[in-house]
Amino acid sequence: MPQGIRDKVAILGMGCSKFGERWDAGPDDLMVEAYLEAMQDAGVEPTQLDAAWFSTHIDEIGSGKGGTPLSIALRLPNIAVTRVENFCASGSEAFRGAVYAVAAGAADIALAVGVEKLKDTGYGGLPVANPGTLNPQVMPNGSAPGNFAQLASAYRAKHGVSKDDLKRAIAHVSVKSHANGAKNPKAHLRKPITAEQALNAPLIAEPLGLFDCCGVSDGAAAAIVTTPEIARSLGKHDLVTVKALQLSVSNGYESQYNGWDGSHFHTARIAAGKAYKEAGIERPREQISMMEVHDCFSITELVTMEDLFISPEGQGWRDVLNGFYDADGGVPCQIDGGLKCFGHPIGASGLRMLYEMYLQLQGRAGERQLSNPVFGMTHNLGGAPASNVCSVAIIGQEGA
Amino acid sequence: MAGIAAWGAYAPRLRLSRKAVTEANAWVAPNLKAKGKGERSMANWDEDALTMAVEAARDALGPDDDRSHIDSLYFASTTAPFADRLNAGIVSAALTLEKSIAASDVTGSQRCGLTALGQALAAGGTALVAVGEHRKARVASVQELDFGDGAAAFVVTGGPGAAELLGRGSVTDDFVDHFRGDDGGFDYYWEERWIRDEGIVKLVPPAIRRALEVAGLSPSDVDHFCFPSTFAGMAATLARAIGIRSEAVRDNLAAVMGEAGCAHGPIMLAHALEEATAGEIILVAQFGQGAEALAFRATGAGRRPARGVSGALADRKEETNYLKFLAFNGLVEWDKGMRAEKDNKTALTTLYRNEDMILGLVGGRCRETGVVQFPRTRISVAPNNPAVDTQEPYKFAERRASLLSYSADYLTFSMAPPNHYGMVVFDGGGRIMMDITDVAPGDVETGLPVRMVFRIKEIDEKRGFVRYFWKAAPDRAAIASQAVQAAE
Repeated sequence: MPQGIRDKVAILGMGCSKFGERWDAGPDDLMVEAYLEAMQDAGVEPTQLDAAWFSTHIDEIGSGKGGTPLSIALRLPNIAVTRVENFCASGSEAFRGAVYAVAAGAADIALAVGVEKLKDTGYGGLPVANPGTLNPQVMPNGSAPGNFAQLASAYRAKHGVSKDDLKRAIAHVSVKSHANGAKNPKAHLRKPITAEQALNAPLIAEPLGLFDCCGVSDGAAAAIVTTPEIARSLGKHDLVTVKALQLSVSNGYESQYNGWDGSHFHTARIAAGKAYKEAGIERPREQISMMEVHDCFSITELVTMEDLFISPEGQGWRDVLNGFYDADGGVPCQIDGGLKCFGHPIGASGLRMLYEMYLQLQGRAGERQLSNPVFGMTHNLGGAPASNVCSVAIIGQEGA
Repeated sequence: MAGIAAWGAYAPRLRLSRKAVTEANAWVAPNLKAKGKGERSMANWDEDALTMAVEAARDALGPDDDRSHIDSLYFASTTAPFADRLNAGIVSAALTLEKSIAASDVTGSQRCGLTALGQALAAGGTALVAVGEHRKARVASVQELDFGDGAAAFVVTGGPGAAELLGRGSVTDDFVDHFRGDDGGFDYYWEERWIRDEGIVKLVPPAIRRALEVAGLSPSDVDHFCFPSTFAGMAATLARAIGIRSEAVRDNLAAVMGEAGCAHGPIMLAHALEEATAGEIILVAQFGQGAEALAFRATGAGRRPARGVSGALADRKEETNYLKFLAFNGLVEWDKGMRAEKDNKTALTTLYRNEDMILGLVGGRCRETGVVQFPRTRISVAPNNPAVDTQEPYKFAERRASLLSYSADYLTFSMAPPNHYGMVVFDGGGRIMMDITDVAPGDVETGLPVRMVFRIKEIDEKRGFVRYFWKAAPDRAAIASQAVQAAE
C-alpha cells in the first residue's frame, strides 16, 4: 500500500478566470487571467516555477496540442511543460502532475493550468469530437447528455423510483446550483431558477431538459503547489494541503461485461474508497465539509452522491429533495454553482473545483462562505457512464 | 430436381398513407386524388435494398447462425447501394456466410430478382437468393404512390424442399417501357397503353407458356399465379390470355405495400408459398426487357419462415407525414444543423480489419471461462480473469437481448430525431451500446426486448459511401408473447 499524498503538498496559490461565453477572450487570454491571479496569490515570480502541467481536452478548436500553448501564453522561462488530457477530468490531471512532481522532489514549486475555449464552434453544446476511425463505425451517434441520461433509466429500474420523483429530484439539483451560482461573480450562469422552470424546460435527452445540463463555457483555472515547508518559508500559514488524489479508469468492465447495472459509476466508487483511505476519512457523510462534484448533468450529480458514499444507495434522490446538499444542508455541494452554473470549460473544470474548495478553506469565498470547513472534496469525471475516468481529490486544513 | 428449401420476406414497418401524399400534392396533381387509397411500405431512413435483403435472408435462414451450408449467394436489386463494390459481399458479411462462397450481384431489370432465382436453381448446390428494392420516385408522380419498398429471399437446394422447380421460361427483348440512367436518379416512363398492349401482353405469355411446357403443365393447372404490375387488372388480363383460371390470380399487395420493383415477383412468390397447400402449382413471372417465368409445385415440406410476407405485412405502423417520407428519400433539402457537418469518411483499412465485427456483429467468447464479449479482444474483459488470446468468434446477430439503459437524444444529429440509443444486454452474455431504430418517443423503456437489425449507420454524401452496422429494434414478437404471459 503506497504511503499516499496526505499533507505532503500545499497549495501556494490559485486563480480562476471569469467563466462564460467569453467572446472577448481567446485561450491565451483565459490562461493569463487565471495564471496572474494564482501568481499574485502565491507571491512568487515566474523564475521560481520549476515545472508546469497544462490541461486542455479539445485541441482542434481550442489552444492546440503540446506544451507550447501554455509556455508561449505565459512566457514561461523555458521550463518543462507537460500537456495532459483525460477527457473532462483533464484539469485534475494537471493538478495531479504538479502535486506529484513536488511530492517527488522533482520540483519545489509547480504550476498547473487548465483551459478550454469552447465557444468558437458556432453552435450550442459541446463540440462534436473527432471519434477516430473505428468508433464511428460502431458507436451510437450520441451526445454527452444522451450518454449520461441513460443513468436515469437504469437508476429508476434498479431502485423502483418513478419518472416523476426522479425528475423532481434532478430538478432540485439544478435549482440548488443556480441559487449558489447566483452568488458567484465568476460564474457563467447567475440567475436563480424555479423547479417549475427546470421541470418544463425543453428536452435535450430524455429525461434531461435544458436545466439538467451544465453550461458550456470558456474559462481557465490555475494552481501553484509546493511543499508545506517551502510554503511556510514564503511566509504562508493556515495552509491548505492535499489529502488525497485518486483516479480510477474504466477497463471495459462496464461497457463489455454483463456486471454493471448502468445506474452508477463503477470508477467513482473505487476512486472515492481509495481517496477516503488516503485522507484518513472514515465517515464521509459527517467528515466531508463540502464538495464540488462533476455535475455535467443533474442526474450525474444525483448518482454521484451515492457513489461517494455520502448518501446510502438508492436514497440519494431523497437526500437531494430533502436539501441535504443545499448551501445550508449537511454536505453543501456545488457551493460555487458547479459545472451547472459556474460553467464547464473542460480542461479547467477540475482546477476550478479545487479553486472553490481552496477559497472556502481559506475563508475567502465571500457571500458563499461556509462556516469552518475542514475537508473539501472534488469529484471530476471524464467520459461517459459506461466508460470513463474518475478523479476524486480531497484537500483540507493542514494537520486535519 | 432443384427447389426452394426455405423462404423469407421483409417489408419496412412504416406504411405511408397514400391519402397523405395525394392531399399534399393535390394542388399540383389533382388527377392523382383517386389513387389516394391504401398504403405503401416506406423504408426507414436507415434502410435500403441491401439491408432489407439481409432481413429477408435472415427470415429465410432462421435463427441458427451456422450458415456453412450456403455455398453461393445471389443479391438482386436495381437499387443496390454500390455500382462497383460487390453488394453481395456486404450481404455475405452481414450474414456471416463462409468466405469460400461464390457471390454475384444481379441487376439491370425489374425481372432480375426472378432471374437470380432461376440462375440459382439452374446452377445447383445450396444457394441463397436475396432480392431487395428501394426505388426513388419524383414528388407528385404516379410511381411515388405505386412503389413500395421490400425484399424476399430464398434458400435454393438440389432437392424439392418446400417447392420443386418444374420449369423456367425466359424472353429477352429490348423493350424500353422505362429506364433509369446511371445518375442514380428517377425512372423515365413511356406511355402506359403501349407498355401494356405491345409490351406485357406480347412478351410475358411466351415466357409463361415456355415454363409450363417444360413443366408438362397446362395453364389451367396453375393454382397460384403471381404477376406484379402497377396496371390495374394486368395479371387478370394475362391470365385470361394464357388460359390460367381467374381465381388463381393472386393479390399483388398493391393496397397494403405497393410494388417493390424487382423484389415484387419474389415477394409474391414467397406469399404464395406461405398459402399454398401440398401439390399446388405456383407460377411466378415478372416483366422487364422481356420476362422471366418460373413454375413450382408446393410440397408442403420445407422450413416456414418466422415472419414471411404475412408476418412482415402485419408488423406495420402507419405514417401520415409525407414530408418525413421525402426527407428519408433525400427529396427535400432540410436544415440538418451544424452537428451534421461532421465528415463521415470511412477508413476502409479499419473497416476491413474489423469486418466480422462491423458487418457481422461477431464478438468473442473466451475458450477458458466462456465469457462472451463485444468486441473480441486479445485480453479478455472477464473481471479477475484477463485471459490472453483465448477468444474465439461469437456471433451476436441472432441472440435475444434487452435494454439495460437508454435515452432519446434531441441534441445529436439524427435523420429521425430524437436518436434513441442504449446499452443492449444479450441473453448468453455480452453487451453493446448501440443505436435503437424503428422506435418513436415513448416506445422505449428499460427491459425492452430487442432484436438486432442490419442497417445503414451513416451515409457519406461527399464520397457516395454507405456505412452499415447493426442496431437494436424492438423484438415485437417477444413483446407480444410477454404481454400474453402477463395476461395469463
